[in-house]
Amino acid sequence: MGDLLQTIVAKYNYWIYITLMMIGLYAMIAKNNLVKKIVGMNIFQTAIILFYVSIGVKKGGTIPILEHGHGEHGHGAASHLVQAVDYINPLPHVLMLTAIVVGVATLGVALALAIRIYNQHNTLEEDEILAQIREK
Amino acid sequence: MSQQYAALLVVVPLLSALVISIAGLVNKRLCFPIAVAALGVAAYSCIGLLLRVLNEGVIVYKLGGWDPPMGIAYYVDHLNGLVLAVVSVVAFLNLIASKKSIELEMPDKMGAFYALYVLQVTGLLGIVVTGDAFNLYVLLEITALTGYGMLAMGEDRACLSTLNYLYMGTIGACFYLLGVGYLYIVTGSLNMVDIAHLLPPLYQSKAVLAAFIICLVGVWLKMAFFPLHAWLPNAYTHGPSAASSLIAPLVTKVMVYVMIRLILTVFTPDFAFTMLNISEPIVWLAVIAIVMGAILALAQRDLKKMLTYIIVAEVGYMVGGAWLGNRDGMTGAILHILNDALMTLCAFLVVGNIVYKLKGYAFDDLKGLFRKMPFTMGAFVVGALSIIGVPPTCGFFSKWYLISGAIQAGQYGFMVALIFSSLVNVVLFFRIIEIGFFEPFSDHHGHDHHTEEPMAEAPLTMLVPLFIVAAGLVVVGLYTGDIVNYIIRFAVPKGLI
Repeated sequence: MGDLLQTIVAKYNYWIYITLMMIGLYAMIAKNNLVKKIVGMNIFQTAIILFYVSIGVKKGGTIPILEHGHGEHGHGAASHLVQAVDYINPLPHVLMLTAIVVGVATLGVALALAIRIYNQHNTLEEDEILAQIREK
Repeated sequence: MSQQYAALLVVVPLLSALVISIAGLVNKRLCFPIAVAALGVAAYSCIGLLLRVLNEGVIVYKLGGWDPPMGIAYYVDHLNGLVLAVVSVVAFLNLIASKKSIELEMPDKMGAFYALYVLQVTGLLGIVVTGDAFNLYVLLEITALTGYGMLAMGEDRACLSTLNYLYMGTIGACFYLLGVGYLYIVTGSLNMVDIAHLLPPLYQSKAVLAAFIICLVGVWLKMAFFPLHAWLPNAYTHGPSAASSLIAPLVTKVMVYVMIRLILTVFTPDFAFTMLNISEPIVWLAVIAIVMGAILALAQRDLKKMLTYIIVAEVGYMVGGAWLGNRDGMTGAILHILNDALMTLCAFLVVGNIVYKLKGYAFDDLKGLFRKMPFTMGAFVVGALSIIGVPPTCGFFSKWYLISGAIQAGQYGFMVALIFSSLVNVVLFFRIIEIGFFEPFSDHHGHDHHTEEPMAEAPLTMLVPLFIVAAGLVVVGLYTGDIVNYIIRFAVPKGLI
């Protein structure tokens, strides 16, 4: 029991992202309102962004900018000894900028579709929309 | 110039999408020529790349001159050279064929539609050409987002079906991204070749296993592999015909390519087939996909929806073939990417022509169609024969490879499923041919005027590309031996027997 608790606490970032992902998935499956589903989808995406950001974190690390290590052509840093341990890996964070943009674009398209659906059916509740389609 | 082909085929359509959307505001008639020019350049560079790969072997294009593990590189080998050529040619033919139907179905949205169309092709070509796992995710979402935009322009129910597609597509892409994240944790690299070099000592790691499974599930969602297929039929059916005849042949096929790329390059066949020991259940899933796709197709009462369920079954062919784990199965799967793209394009172009003339594609609308549109239906027969798998057409040869792969692997269930689905396809298509050929055209007063039913063919710009595709089905079939010997033989790694 103690071991289990320890593994959960030691890797809490993974548990947080999994919990968030499941909340998002639940909303997408169980909710009846289209906007709630779309919000669930966005939570799902954000969980993965948090996952990436959390794997880039390093205790005691600093931002990956060399303060005095610059030569005149930008290659002087090579002669200066760089301790990679001291710096946070910026790549996961940079990747997530792109993923956030993708997420925003998806959310925008989804909401635009929801507006079109609302204009057609005058409701955002999925069961009512399906009932209307079945009547036709 | 030929050194830059790999960059041109992404950059030219990308920039021209911007130009088209601006031109759409100025003069709508400018959009079509710009799109044709852009996709023409893309198709030219793709074919040029394929020829260069055949002569020189693998081409590495370093974007911005940065070396691969740090910078992003485009890799073109025999596998994606072939897929690139298929994607660009199919997109180009469909663009020309669907000009009239775009003008008819959405005259006021032409600028936006062509911009999305070209952007979609950018995404597809980018997915195929890139050698970077994260880059692939971004291009995947470009493809998906433009696809949602185009499909939502369709009839009444299009928005709701597209929204369902959007949920599933987003989950699929997110799973893929998550898998890439796990790969990044264990290897610290995003370059596919680099990951493949770093992985072998880590094959026992649970994180690598999780990465593989999660990526695979994500890609399956995107390609509508059977239990995850629910979004596909409605989205493709309700979209405008120009959009569905672009998306239906290409998107699922490109996702199958991504799966094969993951198996062959990123994780290597050793890991996927020998270490994991999951080929057997996946082939059984493919068997279920094929059988269910065929049965659900039988239940449909309109042509377009029937074709979408056939796509679900065809995806089962390719996934099953790739997971048989032998050379013949993999050859069949790669060959089927080419063949199925052409067959599906042929079938959906026919639907486009029918919709252009009849405004409907339910079975009842098809009565007497052979008399009314003999050329379109002639091409339909060729496409149908190819989907069934009748020898001179290309569908036969990929099925032959798949079946011989299944026998070698001892997967008789898969073989039976392939034959079963071919028989069901016979029933499906001969039912349509029967309705179109024997039942009289009936507007209001039954059979009295079936002798002098006037011929009303689709315009020539729609017919000529359709004929090229139909002829292509036979030509590809006749040259299957060459395609396998000169291209696919090199695409399948030597370790695979």
